[in-house]
Amino acid sequence: MHLFVPNRYRGKLIVVEGIDGSGKSTQISLLSHWLRSQGYAVAFSEWNSSPLVRQTTRRGKKKEMFTPTTFSLIHATDFADRMESYILPLVKSGAIVCADRYAYTAFARDVARGVSRRWVRNLYRFAIHPNLSFYFRVPLDVALGRILGGRDALKYYEAGMDLGLARDVEESFRIFQGRILDEYEAMIREVGFHVIDATLSIEEQQRNMRDIVIQELGESLKNGILHLPAGGEFNGHPKSIAVLS
Amino acid sequence: MAIRNPLQFYREPLPGVDTAELQGKLIVIEGPDAVGRSTQIALLRQWLEQEGHAVLDTGMARSALAGKGIQMAKQGNTLGPITMTLFYTTDFADRLENEIIPALRAGFVVLIDRYIFSIMARAVARGEDRRWIEQVAGFALVPHAVYYLRTDVEHLVSRVVLGRGAFDYWESGMDLRFGPDMYESFVKYQARLIRALDSMVEPYGFAVIDAGQPIERIFRELQRHMSRLRLMRAPRRKPALQKVKA
Repeated sequence: MHLFVPNRYRGKLIVVEGIDGSGKSTQISLLSHWLRSQGYAVAFSEWNSSPLVRQTTRRGKKKEMFTPTTFSLIHATDFADRMESYILPLVKSGAIVCADRYAYTAFARDVARGVSRRWVRNLYRFAIHPNLSFYFRVPLDVALGRILGGRDALKYYEAGMDLGLARDVEESFRIFQGRILDEYEAMIREVGFHVIDATLSIEEQQRNMRDIVIQELGESLKNGILHLPAGGEFNGHPKSIAVLS
Repeated sequence: MAIRNPLQFYREPLPGVDTAELQGKLIVIEGPDAVGRSTQIALLRQWLEQEGHAVLDTGMARSALAGKGIQMAKQGNTLGPITMTLFYTTDFADRLENEIIPALRAGFVVLIDRYIFSIMARAVARGEDRRWIEQVAGFALVPHAVYYLRTDVEHLVSRVVLGRGAFDYWESGMDLRFGPDMYESFVKYQARLIRALDSMVEPYGFAVIDAGQPIERIFRELQRHMSRLRLMRAPRRKPALQKVKA
């Protein structure tokens, strides 16, 4: 039984996953710049960014209205909107879509909230199957050190405060992230992650990623992917093909 | 002791809900758009309250969490079928957890204007995978009764045109444009919806009621059905005074 819908289109989908502080956003950003510099049409999609759903999510978070089930459903709604109106049309058209977090985030986080594994996997069955999924593996303490060191206060749901794991926000965050980490680790084989050691230097991680992209997609990138012709001219409007900045 | 008939979930238990605590009755009215569901719900509510029952009525897109968001999304032109299905499921889940279940705990009769079956029928009518949505909506409670107000498309058309005098964009399935104009799209889309609801009659145990009858007759038929649920005896044991936030 497939987890997702197979990608039968010209374009490609590359996703990154990992707990907060694993450095995945930095890496997918570097990778997408590199792919763009190679002339490919590259688009980018972030978790939880649908303009149609954003206000509902914001409202639910602000007023602390979510249960594990509605939290899971609203994020799936957000994902569905991005899938239907953004990711799928772009992949069909031949772009490389880079996604910072994908359905796996829900598989890890919603299950850490107490939602059933089977139910949340079925929920995302409409998604297209990524061509490459990277998992940034990092020990909990390293990730916590990166997060807790240099940023604003942890938010209620981010820290899993809705679960009543601990009174202290940081302690709750620690326990919650630990649960998420366990879920990620348990799904590595099931979903076929390429595991990146996220304790390596940024440069080394990026080199590993690019090696895997070339190894896994190298040949297929030559066929069908929207690409700027050498010289950079495309109907006089080179930007019309670089789908998103 | 009253007869206890504990409610159950279809597939997936909701985290943190003990169904043994749910004392109330869960009654669903289903049917296509414009079939007259809300008229019947208003009559039923009045009747039930006269009989001494505390009643909560609720319907689609009325949740505190997602009601507004759905209305806004429907005003734009980018709401895709899967997104719509999940948005409505979010709305349903919010009402189930925050209104319906608390009311059932308090011993209310909960009257629901369209349950998961309409969400499922709309998804199926738009070509989505039925098993997918059945599993997604599997956290719903199995109602004590589902009354399906059934009619054909011609009757719906006459109700819409005589009643409101205009076709609605979403009720006509114009997001997928089943026909060149609202009327033709309405006819095709509503026929699909009715087919989808018909296919649920047996697996989900709907009681089918002919919605082509006059309002009074439909209401009496609903009353006859509901008196078999032994609503009348159950709540006397301990009147529910607790108010539930609607």
